[in-house]
Amino acid sequence: MSIGSFLLRRLGSGALAILGVSILVFAFLHLVPGDPVDHLLGGEATADQRKKMEHCMGLDLPAHEQFIRFLGHVADGSLGVQCPDPKGKPTVASRILEVFPYTIELAFAGMLVAVLLALPLGVIAAIRRGTWVDTMATATSLSVIGMPMMLLAPVLLLVFFIWLGWSPGPTETGFGSIVLPAIAVGVHLMAMLARMTRSSMIEVLNEDYVRTARAKGLPEHRVLIGHALRNALLPVITVAGLQFGSLLSGAIVIEKVFARPGLGLTLLEAISERNYSVVQGTVLVIAVIYVVVNTLVDLAYGFADPRIRRG
Amino acid sequence: MKTGIKLSLSGRIGAVMIGAFFFIGIFGPWLAPYDPTAVDLDARFLQPSADHWFGTDMNGVDTLSQLLWGARSALTISMVVVAITSVVGVAVGTIAGWFRGAVDEVLMRIVDVLMAFPGILLNIAVVATVARPGLGVMIAALCINGWVGYARVTRGEVLALREREYVSAAVAIGASHVRIMIRHLVPNILGPAFVQMAFAFGSVIMIEATLSFLGLGPQLGYTWGAMLDQGTTFLWRPGFTHYTLLPGLAVMWVVLGANLLSDGLRDRFDPRHRGRQ
Repeated sequence: MSIGSFLLRRLGSGALAILGVSILVFAFLHLVPGDPVDHLLGGEATADQRKKMEHCMGLDLPAHEQFIRFLGHVADGSLGVQCPDPKGKPTVASRILEVFPYTIELAFAGMLVAVLLALPLGVIAAIRRGTWVDTMATATSLSVIGMPMMLLAPVLLLVFFIWLGWSPGPTETGFGSIVLPAIAVGVHLMAMLARMTRSSMIEVLNEDYVRTARAKGLPEHRVLIGHALRNALLPVITVAGLQFGSLLSGAIVIEKVFARPGLGLTLLEAISERNYSVVQGTVLVIAVIYVVVNTLVDLAYGFADPRIRRG
Repeated sequence: MKTGIKLSLSGRIGAVMIGAFFFIGIFGPWLAPYDPTAVDLDARFLQPSADHWFGTDMNGVDTLSQLLWGARSALTISMVVVAITSVVGVAVGTIAGWFRGAVDEVLMRIVDVLMAFPGILLNIAVVATVARPGLGVMIAALCINGWVGYARVTRGEVLALREREYVSAAVAIGASHVRIMIRHLVPNILGPAFVQMAFAFGSVIMIEATLSFLGLGPQLGYTWGAMLDQGTTFLWRPGFTHYTLLPGLAVMWVVLGANLLSDGLRDRFDPRHRGRQ
């Protein structure tokens, strides 16, 4: 397959996914059993109040016009208006933009933690394959993968904030305040990446060019880092990229535990306020970032490794 | 030839862990010393004692009883969800792989869309549609995208199987589509389906606990997720740490057991994985 058609196909399926997500998110409001206006205003609302709310939400329009209106809000970047307007922020986008940097910051910090811990763990497990070091690394990864974030995050908070007092607590700001949430959000990915690094390293260490490097008399660390790890990294980086989106959804739990502003906390607030347009907007934003990042990673991988394009 | 399923050591450990969870999920509520909803405001935040092995919570409810009933609710939800999603997913995958063409194209694009973004977002969107989600809504939320994994794997298996001679033979003697799918295709893809079911068992419990933790679950105080939520709220309270640890470790137990069992089954059913550890 040529680069051009690979590019087109991958972008096409990304666009299709975003369209699908938009339809799902739009349909969501119509899945609400009963009348959403009742949920918002309660039973005692006057006819006039109800009419205003219906008009604000666009529920007085026919379904297809509502969908066009929804797409229009997506296209102009406002993501719609908040109908109960709790914080004096008229558009959904303004509310999301306010917290957006926090979630992105958390996701990047989590990614950093994951990669920094996973590489040494995976490499050591691969070199010491079959020894107790390897067994310990594998057991650690497996238990971490099985550990719910709702357990890990409170335990981190308990040990490092409440008992030891080393870390700033929830709602505090400053550089130190991101350390615990970043570990909590990144440690799952760390376990996955460590296992990938291990198996990828084991495969690469059997390659002829590694044997050649050793035969040339290169010091072992240069063989491992310069020759083996560099080649073992490609699949690891790809998985790390593809998992970026999971950091965004993982942030929902972490933001709740650490009372940290972000998309996840906004989503939970919007749900309890019954603020459907914000729920729709938040879900859409997270989903779109996820799709875009995955598409970019796929494309990058396709350029880096021509074999992928044939798949 | 030996019959029965012979598993690796870790696979057997996983099976025992899941077996223990089934036992507690089925019999736990009868063993529970107290009602898991009985509020006793004079007995709030009690420390573990002979009367209350694991103490009591903010409403004076016995923690051990909550854990045991929580196992029942986790078991019920995951059994129902795994049953529904595996049947739907295998059916969709078989139909797509057998008929190919337009049917396949449409079904797989739906799968693509559902797999294109984090599943928990969709689960949250579904439970968020109702003010007080019950067990039914929770199950529906988990089912809505739970089937896609089965569908994708099954389709791949069926695409390979349909080229086999016994399938061509069945077509030649005039077997109907339904008969071929049910008698010749589905029995041969059960192995991979079991691997997925074991794995899904753990992930369903994890997602369910996450939703309850976020306050979006069924309004039951004793689900493991709701317990974790309460434990986190009162994290600063000395002597209440176990209330976070116990349900957290319970979830971890099931997820770990399910993953080990699933790995063991995969090694057993898929010869390509055998001996690669």
